[in-house]
Amino acid sequence: MSNIPSDLQYTRSHEWVRGLPNGQVEVGITHHAQEALGDLVFVEVPQLDRRLTAGEPCAVVESVKAASDVYSPVSGRIVASNDDLAQRPELLNQDPYGAGWLIRIELDTSAPRGALLTAAEYAQFLAE
Amino acid sequence: MGLRTPLYDTHVSQGAKIIDFGGWDMPLAFGSQLEEHHAVRRDAGIFDVSHMCVIDLMGARGREFLRFLLANDVGKLTIPGQALYSCMLLPAGGVIDDLIVYYMTESWFRLVVNAGTRHKDLAWIGEHAAAYEVAVRERTDLSMLAVQGPHAIAKTVALLSPPRRAAALQIARFSGAVLDSWFVSRTGYTGEDGFEIMLPAEEAADTWQALKAQGISPAGLGARDTLRLEAGMNLYGNDMDESRHPLESGLAWTVAFDPESREFIGRTALERVRQSSGLALVGLVLEERGVLRKSQQVSAAGEPSADEPRASPAPGEVTSGTFSPTLNRAIALARVPRGIGPQVRVDIRGKPHAARIVKPPFVRNGKALIQI
Repeated sequence: MSNIPSDLQYTRSHEWVRGLPNGQVEVGITHHAQEALGDLVFVEVPQLDRRLTAGEPCAVVESVKAASDVYSPVSGRIVASNDDLAQRPELLNQDPYGAGWLIRIELDTSAPRGALLTAAEYAQFLAE
Repeated sequence: MGLRTPLYDTHVSQGAKIIDFGGWDMPLAFGSQLEEHHAVRRDAGIFDVSHMCVIDLMGARGREFLRFLLANDVGKLTIPGQALYSCMLLPAGGVIDDLIVYYMTESWFRLVVNAGTRHKDLAWIGEHAAAYEVAVRERTDLSMLAVQGPHAIAKTVALLSPPRRAAALQIARFSGAVLDSWFVSRTGYTGEDGFEIMLPAEEAADTWQALKAQGISPAGLGARDTLRLEAGMNLYGNDMDESRHPLESGLAWTVAFDPESREFIGRTALERVRQSSGLALVGLVLEERGVLRKSQQVSAAGEPSADEPRASPAPGEVTSGTFSPTLNRAIALARVPRGIGPQVRVDIRGKPHAARIVKPPFVRNGKALIQI
């Protein structure tokens, strides 16, 4: 069974979004995504300060078998990326909602917010 | 739904992730593909390779037929059980398939060909066999298990009755023996010692479980691919196909030009390109972080990078690439102009990455052969 924490929001391309107390958001890939990809061996995160539009490719995660794009769930500016993943890409498999986070984004409040899924909606989407 | 081996239900019940491979529903991995890889390098793993096609050639003129059909020379097979790796070529030199041929008896040779090529292979072999009065029998009644790794032989023979065990331990590398209803050979596709076992399909599931009970780890096609690539072994359809001849596919060692008197399909075409083949299949090690993948472009280290205008396409291309679990680094096979390197550049998502040309294999018998 896929692990889908109820306090996060999700995309149909299998990213999760966590609101942080300072208003920024943290982004990663879901338990379902890492399971489908298999053992992850390389992560390419974007440069800090890059501006992203919701739906734009913002990172690449590579498993032994394939490379996959990660799409930014929101619009905004990248304020942090997870440096630990360079040496330990397996964190994405082991703890996708915690130590395996990818980037933090300062939201662009002028941009329209993308339609994110609740945990229940994402679970429903996976079941379809 | 694809074709299924007699072990399909066993795999599903063990939680295998199933993928399509050449029309077959096969296990990609049972859990972590990396752990399956390491199990084979360090201990022992078992693969279901029943999708591969076993073909028996029966007839007094089998040897004469195969000396014409194959680019390697079955004249090298002098002791029953011996195996030979060979390409089967088109007249123009392109590779129809790569295969293993076993010398069973003077009137019985056994071929093992790839799953995805079985129909064209059977058609091609059948077309040429008639003139030699050789009967072609596809052995769909057999399953095939590969048990590979430094402890594979010890763990496998522990299951066998004393007479079978003694016979199995006598099998020399790249050779095989008939053990009652089984044919056991000391061959494989991982760069490790071990057995490939051809056995009646109805015995496959019980044998799989018994081998597992010996502590042999089930492994899927994912690990099989990283293991074979570390071992520097070609994959048909990636590293060679009908548009590429063996001399530009790292397979010159499998083409027996001697004796000169032996005529074989493709010989004339290969003689023409023998001195002038401009391309070579080489090994690549990525010097930076990242993963090498099939179809990435390879150019000499001094050439303009991908984001600068370039008159001609990159001269080389990755044919198989992966992340090497043993070396903890990306490795690949690539077809490049002869003489390029050793420093080259690979375009990964539009950015140049430094790589180095090396001579495969990358890993053999658990040991890294490439300096990282």
